[in-house]
Amino acid sequence: MARFLLRRIAQGIVVMILVTILVFLIFFGSGSQIDVARRLAGRNASQQTIASITHRLHLNESLPAQYWHFVVQLVWHHNLGYSYYHTQPVSTIIGHAIPITLSLAIGAAVIWLVLGVLSGVTAAVRRGSVMDRVFTGLALFFYSLPTFVLGLLLLFLVYFQLAKRGIRIFPGQGYTGITSNPLKWLESMILPWFTLALVSAATYMRLTRGSLLEVLGEDYIRTARAKGLPERRVIFRHGLRSSLTPVVSQLGIDLGTLVGGAIVTETVFGMPGLGYTAVTSITNQDLPVIIGIVIVASGSVVVANILVDIFYAVLDPRVRLH
Amino acid sequence: MALLEVKDLHVSFNTDDGAVRAARGVSFSVDRGQTLGIVGESGSGKSVSTQSIVGLARGGSVTGEAIFDGRDLLTMHRDELQKVRGAQIAMIFQDPLSSLHPFYRVDWQICEMIRAHEPRTDAKAARARAIDLLKLVGIPQAERRVDDFPHQFSGGMRQRAMIAMAMALNPALLIADEPTTALDVTVQAQVLRVIERLQNEFGTAVILITHDLGVVAEIADDVVVMYAGAVVETADRDELFYRNHHPYTEGLLRSLPAYGGERARLIPITGQPPSLIKLPTGCKFHPRCPYAFDRCRAEEPPLALVYGSSSHRSSCWLPHTVEGRESTRAQLLGGRTVG
Ligand SMILES: Nc1ncnc2c1ncn2[C@@H]1O[C@H](COP(=O)(O)OP(=O)(O)OP(=O)(O)O)[C@@H](O)[C@H]1O
Ligand code: SF4
Ligand SMILES: [Mg+2]
Repeated sequence: MARFLLRRIAQGIVVMILVTILVFLIFFGSGSQIDVARRLAGRNASQQTIASITHRLHLNESLPAQYWHFVVQLVWHHNLGYSYYHTQPVSTIIGHAIPITLSLAIGAAVIWLVLGVLSGVTAAVRRGSVMDRVFTGLALFFYSLPTFVLGLLLLFLVYFQLAKRGIRIFPGQGYTGITSNPLKWLESMILPWFTLALVSAATYMRLTRGSLLEVLGEDYIRTARAKGLPERRVIFRHGLRSSLTPVVSQLGIDLGTLVGGAIVTETVFGMPGLGYTAVTSITNQDLPVIIGIVIVASGSVVVANILVDIFYAVLDPRVRLH
Repeated sequence: MALLEVKDLHVSFNTDDGAVRAARGVSFSVDRGQTLGIVGESGSGKSVSTQSIVGLARGGSVTGEAIFDGRDLLTMHRDELQKVRGAQIAMIFQDPLSSLHPFYRVDWQICEMIRAHEPRTDAKAARARAIDLLKLVGIPQAERRVDDFPHQFSGGMRQRAMIAMAMALNPALLIADEPTTALDVTVQAQVLRVIERLQNEFGTAVILITHDLGVVAEIADDVVVMYAGAVVETADRDELFYRNHHPYTEGLLRSLPAYGGERARLIPITGQPPSLIKLPTGCKFHPRCPYAFDRCRAEEPPLALVYGSSSHRSSCWLPHTVEGRESTRAQLLGGRTVG
């Protein structure tokens, strides 16, 4: 198990090195040093700023040397660069955005897992029933609904229609930190959570249904029934346990990419998370922030993948002990 | 009174292609402590007939009677039937690897069985019993191996573990559905010995499903031969082996090396079993029967007593006396030989 973990972590580190090289080549490797400095400084930068960038990032040295400085800053000083547009370190900007995106991603994941897995189990166990058809139909509906449409729909139906009648439970826009006011935080999260969750729950429902149906045909399920176990136990302890593998992989992919930014949802609800920040940085040509977000987002995908593999090993002894 | 008496069992499955008639009027019975062998080719309905009586043939419509220990399993409430399964009627299956849950330790799987039926047994006592059971089925270093996962066991050990689990609650009946088919030849005999030994020790009745008449010859008291979802012949073992009546049984026996004389190779019965959706008219075996005559194609023969025996039945239009059958056979073959 420890060997397996170490190997996965080493692989993750290799991937991150490749990502940083790629990012570095894309943003630093093309054009003269002045071009690079200009790009990083953003619009209307003074001659002085450009000179200081050239100095700080060692742009006058060879590319490998520049890369080395870049990595040293990143790893030892957790320095992701400096946003001249915001006159703030990139890590500060990203540091503000991460809790928002994490609240959004984790809360939504909990909702879509509960909704998706439970409806998937129900549909699989009562295969072909009215329930099954209703869930499958709903899943198809939400699945084919673009996130921004669902977000706007929820805003219109739940926020706007309620606000018109003087009921203001959910704020339409913005984000309140969980530490400053937990209740307001919850209120600000609910609509974005459901926007993200309903679309994904559809995927999880279909995944769970398909995977559980397959597992329920396995010989060991027949054994569980032959043992005289209650049907509920057969389904959950014996069936669902084995059918979680594809669900967990999907969750890893989804969470990994979501942390990189739930761009649409954050934009619709005006929440300054990573996705929203990425979009505004592109508009502002705030290149250092974009680079920072790319690295953080790749890091989260890598970490999510390692977590998924650990979870596999916990779930399936054949992976653990192979 | 028989421990289990199945009467006129019908099982069919609705599929897109039509109704699959997997069991058509199957009857058999098993006495306490006895062994009943059920033989027949693949698809003849052996598994369906035995699984449907304990409610495991899901999706099938089942009619008939299955009186177990005085109660009809087929009309019993499903919660009651669930209590019978595992505790009084235990089952083991063909492929012991896929039949054990890959994610749980052997210990866990056996204890789960014990505690599902005896909730008052504490975890420690259940584990001690699991170890004893593994010792009983001959697993070396049972104290240690009990914590293994199924994939860490060899094929034979897995089937032993399945047997240990099945015997955990001292069931009155063990249904062993091709317990040795998936195993190496050398291991097959060992596993059969284990079943036999436990059966003698605990007085368990066994239904042994197999396509291997050699296995039946070794341990069955009575034999049921199935073809296309129906019982075509039933008799005690010696009667079946030495005075069989049905041409299908004859064909199965001829495919046994020991009965084929000089030929060591298996001689399969020529032709394919019929589709269970569109069954042939008359005797279902007639398309493959070397003796088939007009009546066979028109009328289905009843499962009737033969040779003046009180228990040997066959569903075949050939005369029901030894001499009559022999002369008619010879006449029908008209000089041809079978095989
Ligand atoms: N759930 C089901 N739906 C449709 N048909 C089924 C179902 N279960 C079994 N059958 C059919 O019923 C017939 C009898 O199957 P059964 O498994 O009892 O055969 P068997 O004698 O045990 O064969 P084998 O020796 O291969 O185990 C087969 O044709 C099979 O395809
Ligand atoms: S009834 Fe006819 S076809 Fe059927 S087994 Fe007997 S002889 Fe053969
Ligand atoms: Mg079978």
